[in-house]
Amino acid sequence: MNIFMMLAPMSVFLGLIGVGAFWWTLRHGQYDDPAGDAARILLEDVEDRPL
Amino acid sequence: MALTYDLAPAPDLSAFLKRRPGAKPSLELLVKGARCAACLGKIERETAALAGVSASRLNLTTGKLTILFDDEQVADPGAVIAALETLGYPASPYDPGLAAEAMDREGRRLVLCLAVAAFGAMNTMMFSVPLWAGLFGQELGPATRVVMQWWCALVATPCTLYAGRPFFESAWRSLKARRANMDVPISIGVLLTLAISFSETIQHGRDAYFDAAISLLFLLLIGRWLDHQLRARARSAASDLLALQAPSAVVLDAEEVEHRRPIAEVAIGDVLIVRPGERIPVDGWVMSGQADLDTSLLTGETLAVEARAGEVVRAGALNLSGVLRIQAIARSEDSAVAAIARLVEAGAQSKSKYVRLADRAAEIYVPVVHSAAALTFIGGWALGLGPREALLRAVAVLIITCPCALGLAVPAVQVSASARLFRRGVLVKSGAALERLAEVDHVVFDKTGVLTEGRPQLVDMPAETVALAAPLARASAHPLARSLAARAGPGPMATDVVEHPGLGIEGLIGGRRARLGRAAFVGVEGSILRETELWFGFEGDTKIRFRFSDRLRLDATETVAALKGMGLTVEVLSGDTPIAVAAAADGADIEQRRGGLTPAEKAQAIESLQAAGHKVLMVGDGLNDTAALSRAHAAMAPGTALDASQNAADLVFSGEQLGAVVDALRVARHARRLALQNFGFAAAYNAVAAPAAMLGLINPFLAALAMSGSSLVVTLNALRLRAAR
Repeated sequence: MNIFMMLAPMSVFLGLIGVGAFWWTLRHGQYDDPAGDAARILLEDVEDRPL
Repeated sequence: MALTYDLAPAPDLSAFLKRRPGAKPSLELLVKGARCAACLGKIERETAALAGVSASRLNLTTGKLTILFDDEQVADPGAVIAALETLGYPASPYDPGLAAEAMDREGRRLVLCLAVAAFGAMNTMMFSVPLWAGLFGQELGPATRVVMQWWCALVATPCTLYAGRPFFESAWRSLKARRANMDVPISIGVLLTLAISFSETIQHGRDAYFDAAISLLFLLLIGRWLDHQLRARARSAASDLLALQAPSAVVLDAEEVEHRRPIAEVAIGDVLIVRPGERIPVDGWVMSGQADLDTSLLTGETLAVEARAGEVVRAGALNLSGVLRIQAIARSEDSAVAAIARLVEAGAQSKSKYVRLADRAAEIYVPVVHSAAALTFIGGWALGLGPREALLRAVAVLIITCPCALGLAVPAVQVSASARLFRRGVLVKSGAALERLAEVDHVVFDKTGVLTEGRPQLVDMPAETVALAAPLARASAHPLARSLAARAGPGPMATDVVEHPGLGIEGLIGGRRARLGRAAFVGVEGSILRETELWFGFEGDTKIRFRFSDRLRLDATETVAALKGMGLTVEVLSGDTPIAVAAAADGADIEQRRGGLTPAEKAQAIESLQAAGHKVLMVGDGLNDTAALSRAHAAMAPGTALDASQNAADLVFSGEQLGAVVDALRVARHARRLALQNFGFAAAYNAVAAPAAMLGLINPFLAALAMSGSSLVVTLNALRLRAAR
């Protein structure tokens, strides 16, 4: 039971990190241009940071 | 092309610059044809290298290019557009507008709710699986069970309250308007579930449904998000179409310098230049110049009208030949167009009264389910169950019948239906449009530009006669001359060509002087303009008349036959002359036809049809159709239509084929069938599940299983539409 009381909050915490990371990517427009991001990785001389 | 007026300096596009305090001025452009990494690299490199540009970024998914300028003095939008043209990518200024931004925010919020609900559902499940095991006699002490239930509560409650906000807010709005939509039972169900689960947990009971509440929201949010995506995609495609016909006007200032301004900024008394191929932006009188105007989008008439100095021209007419200098006598919202726009508004209001399928289902569903729950509580208590057990059973009824399948049933079907139509080149503006389209029993076509191609074509002429005039026709930009040149095919061009705006074109063919244009210009006396025509003649020789007529679309007859085969009645309503209407209607095999109608008469005709009990589909493209389009039960417009018509229509089809109308009707009917099947399934499911819950046979595990199972069945049924031929 003790190990459960330690693992349960840890797993919820890890899940929260996942949601937080998703929220961060959403806020930073990482889903705005999937086709462009796929193309940019092939190019060396274009700016790959968003405006 | 020897068109001297093309040499005028490029118009000033600075009106489209976005200025924000504290930030660099930016410009949004819609770029056509960029598809791959190479295009992206080329466009960004070349535009960023231009003088005054500090950064440039292309969104390859939406085709939108954002340009940041160093400061306002050096910003030159025209140079950017010119550079893109040289690279081979036509571009036009694009203004997404406030509505689109609000749509974006709403979409992000739904995605975030979906993410929170997914997190909540998964993590609650981690604690509820041991609880389910306990239900089936596995080892789980009462102390462990309470700990697990508290963990469920801890994770599920905040997630449910956050992720459920779209539903709670919508339910609250609808209750305030004294109506019950589908979100009311959803919200009541979810909140009651949370409350009863808490009370059970505190009293160390068995029935805590935290996992059911949050996973229910997760599934419902998927349906909500699909619906949102459908509307957002249709909206962005529609606004792209609008951006391409950039509603702007060329205004001359006191020093005769040209500026391109948004139409809304044109003031009374402004001097405007309208070149061939452009539309008259606002009502005005002609100061100088002479031109043929195509008013077919305003009145439905195919015959070109001549405009001379001193005459009044109406907004929306297309300039076919000469350069016109006009002075504005009305602002854009007061122009003749605006009167039609008011008719459109009235129609849109009547359309918003349409009650969607899902809401109609909710109207039956809500009272039935809620009285069943009340009956369970009262009946259970009366039959000696004890108030707590009776209440638990009543809540179980509410939970198990929570309209998850109903919430998904319609959006899932409509998303697959519109995806299928999108591939076919038909743009669906909303799910409600598909529902209305499926109910249609009478189809009304406009003539010009819908049944016909909307472009004058040369009427049977021997090839050698056409070849005579062709060298001169090839040198002209006039649509009629182009049509003539297209018929003749490639060949030599006349020399010493002079274009006389509004009259015709003159030049040397094999050393002989020849003219092509109006009858009087070519030298024919006393000819009255009866139909669309061009005259041609060598100096001192016989004059030849070329007649043009608007040809029926290639598949018009076939389409009408298919519609009749589907049990629909077909009619033509047109503003063109009755003779021209009769010719087109005979060609397409339509018996009911009416010609010479004004825009208001068209709208009236639609209304009286609907008053007689018909559900009318209007297919039209002109400004004279917009009022009728907005009044009809469902409306379609071709992609070549004016933006006002596209706004009034529910569906927009691209391409040359009228058959899109038949396809759209078929898919809409199929979608309706599938949605009704889904409702039928949901009803059958509730007919089994509700009595089971009343008898107390439902436990948390069965509730979770039944709800996700029914959602899955409904979604799979919707996907059958994609697989259909």
